[in-house]
Amino acid sequence: MVELSNGAVAITGRPILRGIDLTVRSGEFVALMGANGSGKSTLVRALTGLRPLASGSLSLFGTPLADFHDWRRIGFVPQRGGAGSGVPASVWEVVASGRLTHRRLMRPLGRRDRAAISEALEVVGLAHRAREGVSTLSGGQQQRVLIARALAGEPELFFLDEPTAGVDLPNQQVLADSLETLSERGSTIVLVAHELGPMAPLIDRAVVMRDGRVAYDGPPLTSHEVYETDHGHHHAVHVRHDHAPHVSSPLDSREGMAHE
Amino acid sequence: MSDYLHLLGLPFMQRAILAAVFTGIAAPAIGTYLVQRRLALMGDGIGHVAVTGVALGLLTGTTPTWTAVVVAVIGAVVIELIRERGHANGDVALALLFYGGLAGGVLITGIAGQSGSRLQTFLFGSITTISVSDVIVTMILAAVVIVICVGLSPQLFAVSHDEEFARVAGLNIRFYNILVAVLAAVSVTVAMRTVGLLLVSALMVVPVATSQQLTRTFRTTLGAAMLIGPLASVGGLLISAYPTEVRVAPGATIVLLALAFFVVAWPVGVLLRARRRMRQPFPVVQVSPHEVIDEHPHDHGKDCGHVAVPHGDHVDYVHGGHRHAVHGEHYDEH
Repeated sequence: MVELSNGAVAITGRPILRGIDLTVRSGEFVALMGANGSGKSTLVRALTGLRPLASGSLSLFGTPLADFHDWRRIGFVPQRGGAGSGVPASVWEVVASGRLTHRRLMRPLGRRDRAAISEALEVVGLAHRAREGVSTLSGGQQQRVLIARALAGEPELFFLDEPTAGVDLPNQQVLADSLETLSERGSTIVLVAHELGPMAPLIDRAVVMRDGRVAYDGPPLTSHEVYETDHGHHHAVHVRHDHAPHVSSPLDSREGMAHE
Repeated sequence: MSDYLHLLGLPFMQRAILAAVFTGIAAPAIGTYLVQRRLALMGDGIGHVAVTGVALGLLTGTTPTWTAVVVAVIGAVVIELIRERGHANGDVALALLFYGGLAGGVLITGIAGQSGSRLQTFLFGSITTISVSDVIVTMILAAVVIVICVGLSPQLFAVSHDEEFARVAGLNIRFYNILVAVLAAVSVTVAMRTVGLLLVSALMVVPVATSQQLTRTFRTTLGAAMLIGPLASVGGLLISAYPTEVRVAPGATIVLLALAFFVVAWPVGVLLRARRRMRQPFPVVQVSPHEVIDEHPHDHGKDCGHVAVPHGDHVDYVHGGHRHAVHGEHYDEH
């Protein structure tokens, strides 16, 4: 469904991702993991076409990205502080905007659209709050609204960028349950996560990013293992390197190692 | 009073009222999307840039409305491109553009040999200068703005709400962003004759700020703003036309009336929001130990005057900072 070969991304000329080969097959639940700044969010943004590739090729559903127009098959949950904006909007309205991929210009919502919207609200357990203003909801609930918005478009492939960041455990559990429902229905899910938490049992495959490269691609790992995927060829790099000559004490370098 | 009624019957006054109605509907319609993307001051910026357009019209002898439309649209697109490009110095670049526009306008008016008062009719509005062709142009442009803002509201809502999501939904973000910028520029020039370029942004923003005090959905916010807008613009126009010793530009009375609506709506909104928060259901958690109160001087019920808040399968009554739940013959402290 997603095929990225030898992908590279540069932001303002600075190479961020290099040499990424990633194939996601239909029905898979893939977790993209890694430390902050490892490039996992950048990768998911490249896969959705939000970040242009500096080199390499990406195809979605067997179509090269440049020719891909069937966006209704893709659902995206961006990394976002909340679901609010400068003007009040109800939960229902935000979720309804996920239906845009199915609507033609200047046409009202059809019965099919309304059904998809209420179904999406059902899945994330917010049907009873549909009429409320989205900004009155808690952070975790707003995150669920954003997932419902992606769901409303009835896509086959989901990209979620850190949906559980800053969300408490009960809400993470609801999120995990929603994702389980999706996965059981045969949706393909690519999830960016720092910590898996309650989602850990759902994962089919983990891809661990490290400094813009894929460091591990295989069966799920515990989050402890994620940060130990050195594969024995890790080069110690001094991150702090200014032009003034300085003496690095043994303690400094050991501390540097511990952070890697 | 009869003088006033006579005045309202005069053709120039009727033209002014027509222009005010259309302006009052169109400006808040596009203003809602600007507020939604937290660009409430964009209208102000475009207004400043349009001053140069008006001055160019005065210099070349063409209709200032058209030169203002052209310059305002160019300015709006430039502002949008700056916004899209950069995060770093975006607002400084915008400020440069705004003040450049205003200063350029004053300079060119001077070169054209026009007096400041001629320019002032564009800066703060003027009812007596609206010609028949001005009204027709105003009505057509305003109608275009209204039709697009309402007709494309699902798309514009999505783009203004969450750009990244809208892009992955396959929307051409740049097209819609520039569309919003162009519509904002058009409504600025449409409102130029009634409210004036320096105050036009108020008519785009204040009705939206007023309506969102009372609403919680986007649709009602947009609708209410498009209702408050013409009330303010026509009301302000009528006040400014009222024959007194002093002459006030209609822009001032329109904006002050819109602000008066806001001042009325604000406390109501504060009250509504407080009430809503008060009645939010209490979260259902695992039972924690609670006190049982046997004797209670008061029977809680539907109209007992205490706020009733849903709590799982029952109702808690807020009573002097406590949460009382009916449990058979007695009350539990929840």
